[in-house]
Amino acid sequence: MSVLEFSLIVGVGSLVAGFLGALTGLGGGVVIVPMLSLLLGVDIRYAIGASLVSVIATSSGASAAYVREGISNIRIGMFLEVATTLGAIAGATLATRISTSAVSIVFGVVLIGSASLSWKRHPRGAHDAAPDALASRLRLNGSFPEGGGIRKYNVRRVPLGWGLMFGAGTLSGLLGIGSGAMKVLAMDQAMKIPFKVSTTTSNFMIGVTAAASAGIYLSRGYIDPGLSMPVTLGVLAGSLLGTRVLVQVDPKWLRRVFSVVIVVLGSEMLYKGISGRI
Amino acid sequence: MADEQHREEGLTDQSWTDQRMEILIGQLLRAGVLLSAVVVLLGGAVYLVRHGHSTADYRVFRGEPANLRSVGGIVREALALRGRGIIQLGLLLLIATPVARVAFSIFGFAKEHDGMYVVITMIVLLVLIYSLMGSPGL
Repeated sequence: MSVLEFSLIVGVGSLVAGFLGALTGLGGGVVIVPMLSLLLGVDIRYAIGASLVSVIATSSGASAAYVREGISNIRIGMFLEVATTLGAIAGATLATRISTSAVSIVFGVVLIGSASLSWKRHPRGAHDAAPDALASRLRLNGSFPEGGGIRKYNVRRVPLGWGLMFGAGTLSGLLGIGSGAMKVLAMDQAMKIPFKVSTTTSNFMIGVTAAASAGIYLSRGYIDPGLSMPVTLGVLAGSLLGTRVLVQVDPKWLRRVFSVVIVVLGSEMLYKGISGRI
Repeated sequence: MADEQHREEGLTDQSWTDQRMEILIGQLLRAGVLLSAVVVLLGGAVYLVRHGHSTADYRVFRGEPANLRSVGGIVREALALRGRGIIQLGLLLLIATPVARVAFSIFGFAKEHDGMYVVITMIVLLVLIYSLMGSPGL
């Protein structure tokens, strides 16, 4: 395949991935690595490097829009970024030490896990926690505009949330994904932060987390410009389209279809990893 | 605009400054992504014009040459107007965008006299700098 054809195919594929990722809220990064490594035969290390860079682009692009609305909490974000960036460095270092088969197996498990998380949406409005001493000391409690008024919230279980965030950072650095699903899980489920605040703050953190491991990937030679160019531009264009275009499809239905695709890709990654063919 | 003013009146001093800071950070992120996308696009055009008909092969991992791994090398390659060097410079700008955001937040928290968050943000910045500069190969 010529470089021109290859770039076009990868660019269009990344555009679709970014578009669906933005529409469903599952992120485009999770399908980039399987698409490149399973369908186009790209070595998984190049695929992870390219995916990681595209994650920074979509996170920074989207949070530019979110921060204006005053929903994301920059103190929670910054405090937890200590955990995610340290985790990201651990993950990226681990990625250079373990075999590509092992990376593929972890990838498969994470894909299947994040798809199943998206099937069960938790009940809303269950957050009404009492102030927590550590969270108050760290000034994490906040408020956000909702329905014309201001809604206040208290943050709980800070150490648990911090630990989960370290794990999310490790997965992000190991697999070149944003691991937004796990970040939201840590904030929304463990720390009892309102869902809207959790998702926007998570998006805000993804770019910083990915930047921490991108430095290591770059210096190890995992980031190839010829491959990253169509991936980054495609995912960025797709996700911008996804947040602007109104689609006449039920997002719930779309999310289900997309999560089935993710499960199929995850199983394939798992199979290839176990059989040592990657 | 009127809506924003109304919202700010209901918030405390800290949140008000927070929100101004967030708007500035939003603009910084947007500018960084836009700039890097333009640079990647330009480099991509040069690369495709010159090498579009070569064969694409990413099956075997060889790792990038030393000049595309370090900040100095990337800048040299880009100044020599090599397509892959210009793309890599754009990707470097993209990686630098969230780093700049963190650095900027230090000033924001300092302006709010929030010493604890100045320190927390500095820790994040140090971790990022370590990853970009401290890892072997640079």
